[in-house]
Order: sequence, then structure tokens, then C-alpha cells
Amino acid sequence: MTTPTDISNQLAAQIATAVLKTPLHPPLPNAALISSGLIDSFHLVDLALFVEDTFGVQLDDGELNAQCFDSIAQLTALIVQRQAG
Amino acid sequence: MENFSQRLLRRAASTPSRVAVQLLQAGQPDHTLTYADLCAHAAGYAAALAAAGVQPGAVVIIILQHGAALLAAYWGVVLHGAVPAIMPFLTEKLARERYLADLASLLRITQPAALITYAAFKNEVRAALPPEASVRAVLLSEAVTPAAEWSAAALAGTRADVQAVALLQHSSGTTGLQKGVALSHRAVLNQLQAYGGALQTSSADVVVSWLPLYHDMGLIAGFIMPILSGMLLVLLSPFDWVRRPALLLQAISTHRGTLSWLPNFALNFCAQKIRDRDLEGVDLRSLRALINCSEPTRAESHTLFAQRFAASGLARGALATCYAMAENVFAVTQSEPGSAPNVDVVDPAALSRNENAQALRTLAGGTQMLSNGRALPNVQIEIRSADGATLPERHLGEIALRSDCLLESYYKRPDLTSGAFSGGWYLTGDLGYLADAELYITGRKKDVMIVGGKNIHPHDIEDLAGAVAGVHAGRVVAFGVFNAERGTEDVVLVAEADTPATAELAAAVRDRVNRGTDVALAAVHLVPPGWIIKTSSGKAARSANRDKYQAAVAGTEVR
Repeated sequence: MTTPTDISNQLAAQIATAVLKTPLHPPLPNAALISSGLIDSFHLVDLALFVEDTFGVQLDDGELNAQCFDSIAQLTALIVQRQAG
Repeated sequence: MENFSQRLLRRAASTPSRVAVQLLQAGQPDHTLTYADLCAHAAGYAAALAAAGVQPGAVVIIILQHGAALLAAYWGVVLHGAVPAIMPFLTEKLARERYLADLASLLRITQPAALITYAAFKNEVRAALPPEASVRAVLLSEAVTPAAEWSAAALAGTRADVQAVALLQHSSGTTGLQKGVALSHRAVLNQLQAYGGALQTSSADVVVSWLPLYHDMGLIAGFIMPILSGMLLVLLSPFDWVRRPALLLQAISTHRGTLSWLPNFALNFCAQKIRDRDLEGVDLRSLRALINCSEPTRAESHTLFAQRFAASGLARGALATCYAMAENVFAVTQSEPGSAPNVDVVDPAALSRNENAQALRTLAGGTQMLSNGRALPNVQIEIRSADGATLPERHLGEIALRSDCLLESYYKRPDLTSGAFSGGWYLTGDLGYLADAELYITGRKKDVMIVGGKNIHPHDIEDLAGAVAGVHAGRVVAFGVFNAERGTEDVVLVAEADTPATAELAAAVRDRVNRGTDVALAAVHLVPPGWIIKTSSGKAARSANRDKYQAAVAGTEVR
């Protein structure tokens, strides 16, 4: 089964490759993603599509903001919670 | 000729209960504003401005989020005969100190008599006021209610001279906010008449827009034109749209939208990011024209969008193009509504020799250039060589234009205004050619980048990056690299590192720029001292460094 660590690693790898174009330097689990501007609004939609396709969890468009998650750790927790529910 | 206030009040008097704006907000019920509602709320703002001693003709800066208060405040400033200018509201990522510094410089140049914002933002706005402030009042939107009774005669805006400045329009960023395009009532109304003619608009048209109102396309095509011309405006929030692009197509379907404007990248974004389940029941047959405007238009983007949404009823020929700029109020050219814009296939080698006025020849397998249509009836276009001579068709040069809807000035910037004109012709800084009187855009003479329809000044980015510890001061260069998948430019920054380049330094540079501007850098490329090519012209240096960067990263990882 997919552990939270797997989810976190997959998210970090996806962001490093698709957004930052720095595959050798994935963002740290607690690094600010949205409030820092690291991921812009256009990439947020990509991230939501990736989460849905990879983990089978839908993120509502109203959840794509820093109040709902601003780091890989927080997004991982959200995914784990959805998968359990 | 009527002025803005007279035009709005005439609509309110003749069709008070007609819906002017249907405001769609995610997670909330739709908000319906009739002309009577809009005028009553606007009259409340006009009364508040009068009570605060704000004189007609003065500038009023509006700092409100996309929503009903912003719409009412804007027309309230107009009805008071003052000059509205919208400052984009603080975003989640933008550093507060950077935002307030930009606001302070906007206030210093425009010398507004009042600001309109939220109670929660008042103290920060006050802190940005320069010491010798012109500002008489900071009005709070919560304190302004629709006027229970109001009379047109009491509104100073009805007496505004049509030749006076009606509004200021700024582009974004530190540089853009210091350059307000001042437009007269006459210029805007001339544009509405000419553009309405080119699009064959009528009161049966329904405009659907997700564009921000601080941008010329959103302000004119997606706000002022429909309201003053009596077309229903269905308005979405840009923040909602970017998180769920299907909202635009769903709104067009629900409200039988006929006209909508978007920048080129949005065609790719919609075609690539919308899920099939969000298109169930969506019917785009009502759409007369979906107009691609505000950044270079791409034939590939039209093909992508047309193929993806043909099954939803998108008509062949509904995708149109327009070349526009705030300095001409908005549109300069428009393709024929109802028929697909022409595609001119040209020799890419001729295009790359941009400023040499190279005659073009049609060539199979060449670069596909998408026509932006013909000049509006009130606009004349000429293509100029580097030494100012007028060039014949199919020769590349700078686009110059003359019309009855040009800017009055860059507000309180005579230095910029005089440099923008040559003998009554406005020099756009864009490069292109005419063929069969249709305009094709090939590039830009000026430094500005266009990212997702927004003008981005490279200096703003370079100033921020150059101040990061570890970056060699003054040895940074920012430029745009076209990203075919996204249909717009990626912003790339190259910086010389004083110390060996590290991932931490690259991350620090990225963070500083992302939090100090409204773009997100696509790549930070750190290089050793002496890498960056310096020339006397910033434009030449950017293009030389872009070529060097692209050669360096071809097939390798970008740090």
C-alpha cells in the first residue's frame, strides 16, 4: 500500500520535475508552496489533476489555496485523510 | 457627445430593471445587478466622495477585490466626475512590503484625492501614503450603502467635459504602476463605437468574462463596453477561473454567452486542463466570437482549442483574434466575426531577421502566422522601418497607429508621453507586417515580456534578483522563452553567482522574485562570473543572453 512517505515523495518529485524543472532538488516537505509563489495558480490545477490521477482523490477548486494546504506535508495529510474517508 | 455618466444614467433611466451584470462567485449564489441597482450603489459612492470634499477631475484609486463593491465603486467615482484607477488587491504570495512600496509610488505619481478600500486594509494603506500626501480621504467600502434616493442632476459626473480624462489604466508591476494610461471620455466612447461596429454587437449580445478589471482587456471589453453599450455582462472572478477553467465554458452555456475575450495561453489552459466530466451538458453554440487578444496569438492554440471543444458545439469561425493596447483604449484590429482568421505561412528565416524589413514569401512548411484582422474603421496602421520610413505590405517593421481613441498622455509623465509619439502617430514598440490590409504580429522592439496576457517588465525582476546576497550585483538578466505547450512565455532568470552556485542560492533568488512580482519564475539559471553578455542596449543583451541560455540548456537539466 501507499504510505504517507510514498505520497510525499511522489508529490515532491512531481513538483520538482513539472513546476520547478529542478528534478535533482525536490522541495522539502514543509516548504511553503503557495504563499511563497513557488507554485503559481496555473500549476495548482496541474497539481490537482496529478493528485486525482495518482492517488484517486479529488481536490475541490475551493481547496486550491494556502489555507487548505501550503506544503507537501499538508497536502499529504489531506490525501491520506481523503483516502481513509 | 455624451460623457460616461450621461451614457450610464440614460441606460438606467430607459431600462432600470434590465440586468447589467450577473456576478458569479464560487461557493455563493449569483449576484444580479440591474442598471438601477448599479446606479444606486454607485450614487452612494459618489455621495461619499462629495462629502469627503473630493473634487471632480481628481484621481481616485480603488483597491478592492473582484466583486460587487468594486463594480459600484468604479461607477461611483465616474458619477462623481472623478477619475478612477484600479490598484490590484494584494495577493496571497506577493510580499507586503513590495506591494506597499508599489502603492506608494503609484500615489506619488498620480496624486489621488482619495482611495477606496476595505476597513481591514485601511491602516496599511495609510502607512503607504507619502508625507506630502494629496489624499484627502480613505473611504471604506463597508461604510458605503446604495443611495435610497438620488438625482442625476446632483451628480457632478454628468457635467464632465468629454475631452477630459475619464480613467487611468495601469499595467502591473513596479514599472507598470508608474505609467498610467490616461484616456478621455471621447476616446473611450469612440473606441466603443468603432469596436462595436467591427463586432456587429447589439443589445442581444451577452459578454462572459473572467478577466481582472485592472487589465485593459478586462476593463474595456469585460466591463465598461458591455455596461455602457447595454449588453448583459456575466462576470466571473479570475481567481475562481484559474482554479477551475471549466467555469468559463459552463457560464457561456448557462447564460447563452455570445462574446468572450481571453489571452492566448487561456486557450491552451482550457483545452489541456478541463476534465471531460466538467463538459457534460455544456453547449457552446451561442458563442459568436471567442476573441484571442493581449498576447501574441498562435495558430496552434486555435487548432488545439477548436478540436477539444468542437464536440461541445463550438462553431467553426467562433475563434477570433484582436490586437489591442491600453494606449488605444483597447482594440486596434479585429478579425472578421464568424470566420476563422487567416493563416499566413512564411519563411522563418525572414522572421528571424526581424528588423531588416525583409520581404516575406509564402512557403510550404514555414511558420504559421495568425492574422489579427484589419484595423478598426477609426484606426490607421503603418509599418515603419528603423529609420522611420513607411514600409509597403509584407515588410517587417514597427507598428505605428493613429486614431480618434488614443491616450491623452501617460498621466503626469510628460517624459514618457513625448517619447511615445512621432508626428501624431503612436509608436507601439510591437513588430509586424501587413498583408491584404490584415495585421500580423511578429515580435517586440521594447523589452517587455507578455506572460499569460500580462505585461512584465524585466527590470522589475532583475532589480529584485540582483539584490540577493551571493548574486553579483548588476549581473542578472531576465527574458521570456516561448513555451509552446502553455501557449505563452516562460520567464527565465540568469544570474552570475559570486560563490559556487548552489541549489540554496537558486531557491533564494526564485523566492525573492516570486514574492516581489506577480509572476512565478519558470527557471533560475546560475552561472559563473563573466557569463552574461553585456551590450549597450538592454534589449540586445536580453536576446543575446536568451540565445546563449537556450544553447546552454539544450538537452541538459536547468538548475
